[in-house]
Amino acid sequence: MTLDTVKHAEQTPEVEQPWKELGLKEDEYARVREILGRRPTGAELAMYSVMWSEHCSYKSSKVHLRQFGEKAPRSDAMLVGIGENAGVVDVGEGYAVTFKVESHNHPSYVEPYQGAATGVGGIVRDIIAMGARPVAVVDPLRMGAADHPDTKRVLPGVVAGIGGYGNSLGLPNIGGELVFDACYQGNPLVNAGAVGVMRHEDIHLAKASGAGNKVILYGARTGGDGIGGASILASETFDATKPSKRPAVQVGDPFQEKLLIECTLEAFAEKLVVGIQDLGAAGLSCATSELASNGSGGMRVELDDVPLRDSTLSPEEILMSESQERMCAVVEPDKVERFLAICEKWDVIATVIGEVTDGDRLEIFWHGEMIVDVDPRTVAHEGPVYERPYARPSWQDTLQADDAGRLPRPEGGDELREQVIEVLGSPNLASKAWVTDQYDRFVQGNTVLAQPEDSGMIRVSEESGLGVAIATDGNGRYAKLDPYTGAQLALAEAYRNVAAGGARPLAVSDCLNFGSPEDPDVMWQFVEAVRGLADGCQVLGTPVTGGNVSLYNQTGEAAIHPTPVVAVLGVIDDVARRTPIAFADEGHLLYLLGETREEFGGSAWSQVVHDHLGGLPPAVDLERERLLGEILISASRDGMVDAAHDLSDGGLIAAVTESCLRGGHGARLVVPDGLSAFTFLLSESAGRAIVAVPRSEELRFTDMCGARGLPATRIGVVDGEALEVQGEFTIPLDELRDIHESAIPGLLG
Amino acid sequence: MARVVVDVMLKPEILDPQGQAVQRALPRLGFDGISDVRQGKRFELEVDGPVDDAALARIRQMAETFLANTVIEDFSVKVES
Repeated sequence: MTLDTVKHAEQTPEVEQPWKELGLKEDEYARVREILGRRPTGAELAMYSVMWSEHCSYKSSKVHLRQFGEKAPRSDAMLVGIGENAGVVDVGEGYAVTFKVESHNHPSYVEPYQGAATGVGGIVRDIIAMGARPVAVVDPLRMGAADHPDTKRVLPGVVAGIGGYGNSLGLPNIGGELVFDACYQGNPLVNAGAVGVMRHEDIHLAKASGAGNKVILYGARTGGDGIGGASILASETFDATKPSKRPAVQVGDPFQEKLLIECTLEAFAEKLVVGIQDLGAAGLSCATSELASNGSGGMRVELDDVPLRDSTLSPEEILMSESQERMCAVVEPDKVERFLAICEKWDVIATVIGEVTDGDRLEIFWHGEMIVDVDPRTVAHEGPVYERPYARPSWQDTLQADDAGRLPRPEGGDELREQVIEVLGSPNLASKAWVTDQYDRFVQGNTVLAQPEDSGMIRVSEESGLGVAIATDGNGRYAKLDPYTGAQLALAEAYRNVAAGGARPLAVSDCLNFGSPEDPDVMWQFVEAVRGLADGCQVLGTPVTGGNVSLYNQTGEAAIHPTPVVAVLGVIDDVARRTPIAFADEGHLLYLLGETREEFGGSAWSQVVHDHLGGLPPAVDLERERLLGEILISASRDGMVDAAHDLSDGGLIAAVTESCLRGGHGARLVVPDGLSAFTFLLSESAGRAIVAVPRSEELRFTDMCGARGLPATRIGVVDGEALEVQGEFTIPLDELRDIHESAIPGLLG
Repeated sequence: MARVVVDVMLKPEILDPQGQAVQRALPRLGFDGISDVRQGKRFELEVDGPVDDAALARIRQMAETFLANTVIEDFSVKVES
């Protein structure tokens, strides 16, 4: 076969090209031809097809994501915003923190272990590309029904993969979620987040400037794995009838990644790097075109110099390969030698593959012939943008009219006890220790809080005790009922979780998981969720710093519930003042903060007891969330509360159960006047938390709540060996523990 | 009693970190001249009864569903007398 060079492409305009198989639409292919003024070469077609895929170009979501920038609240903490590898936030004392959440949904369904493992690897490389040292990871997971046989295949593989990779890297896994719902059956959501820490002066941006600077590819050799992963795996609906080409999954090597971390940070410390980019989806196509277009524009690459694992790879395959553990750096010529020496010290293969030019073209050569000659901006940033049609689904009104308030409620204490036990033992509310015990949560010795706490918290400075907290939340059931409110509820919950630990929320990252954008119903859900999140961030004063969109999460016609997963990052001046969830001492008084209404739409109770999804999700009052957050943070700082736990799925009874079991003490609860025991225990009204207040602090605490106008209701006391709801029922702690802890091992063990 | 051997190897395009670690160690230990190492798994199955087509078909199915992860691995089945 003759090499498809630029010259050859000019001479043979009529050649049929596999644009369709590579995932391009007819008009997109026509646009490539128009941009180039000729047909693309095979290598150019490969680059455009991966970079213009939904996964890399955000072509369906871009027009809506702009709101995150336009509506961003003014925040002095924001050092680097959307568009870079990850956002960077000032946390004080000269420290900056970078964090981001991404999805690795499709690969994890195909090959759970490696899919999830390489998801961790990818997000960690985003963090090191910013110049930060990764300090923790979190993993929000959503799986199909807990008792479905395929869940038994996917979940253990995913958990082992996350643990296998993260533990080998020596990164603590401090949080995340695990939610089961039949809607995720063919489309489990495996999101991965990472947090990194650096000094302000160490922030690095991905760009290639300065003609003559060298482009260095370092890390693992390039192999034939993951080819087309971006365009085919992540961007089109699964179709069992399609023959697979090359295997699109990749195998990761965490030990190589660890070397990459150390080697990159050492090069940064010696100020050897002008620009840097990790190689993730779309591999070299993405790294070269993004580096070039973020810099002055021109770059020349010799593809023959890329170290290969498989010498039979074609240039197209080299450009598309998604081999893991690779990075690309731009280095001034006189620093190349030192850079290569550092790589050699860490046993990392590093090769100069090209240089920055003073032109504005990205030119790639193979065997001395030019096979790519493009304006890198057209590949990386000026891809197609779609204004997809969207419309409120015809079924939305019917769904919302199907009010969960009409469901039959338990009559009497015995039936209430039965239903409470059913809810507490359901897979979504049961203890996730089976999962989190497989993760190393405390490696490096800086973990202050980890699952099952409300947020994960990491100490940043040993001297001052400065720390950061992160929480991820999302509720697809709420979002299905009302995507706008659902997205705000996810934000509110993550915000509350961070504040409950005593940290001040600063910034947001998100992973937006939805079905096919070509379905106007799904697109409407997406548009509403983005609008809700952007509006919510404005009220809470927490800008979105970056994130990820995962579309096409659907099997056939059935899309997943719209699932915006929101991560909130907060800062705490001294981690010694954090607030845990455990009821640690008898005699402490329990206060319920916020107001409880009859809100059961999308609730755990409606799902577990009635298998019902309908009505409206709980109402959101973000000003109230903000006030609640302030009270929780002040109470933590001034030592007024001993424990705090946010109220969300499963309502008050779920939170009290977790706090009792964590602390090893029972509680006596009294149903407040004006509420039924059922609503008190199981309603999921937002903007609430429960706190344990030492008697000596009671007056000070209630005065503070009163002065600031936050309802605080005394509902009981930490006491005894059982959870007692006066006049209703009692559950001994042992029984409670058994219900809570045996559910997940029972399903998966 | 007959023995059937199932060899499982990572597909050629899939990264093999173990094989690479071995390959890197070889020259350090003075063993030169090896350009690549791929590490796999070998299963030796003692079969009750005759190894006929039906038995081999069963073993192939076993390999496909359990012994090998066919998303990233290939396998081969051979009879040892």
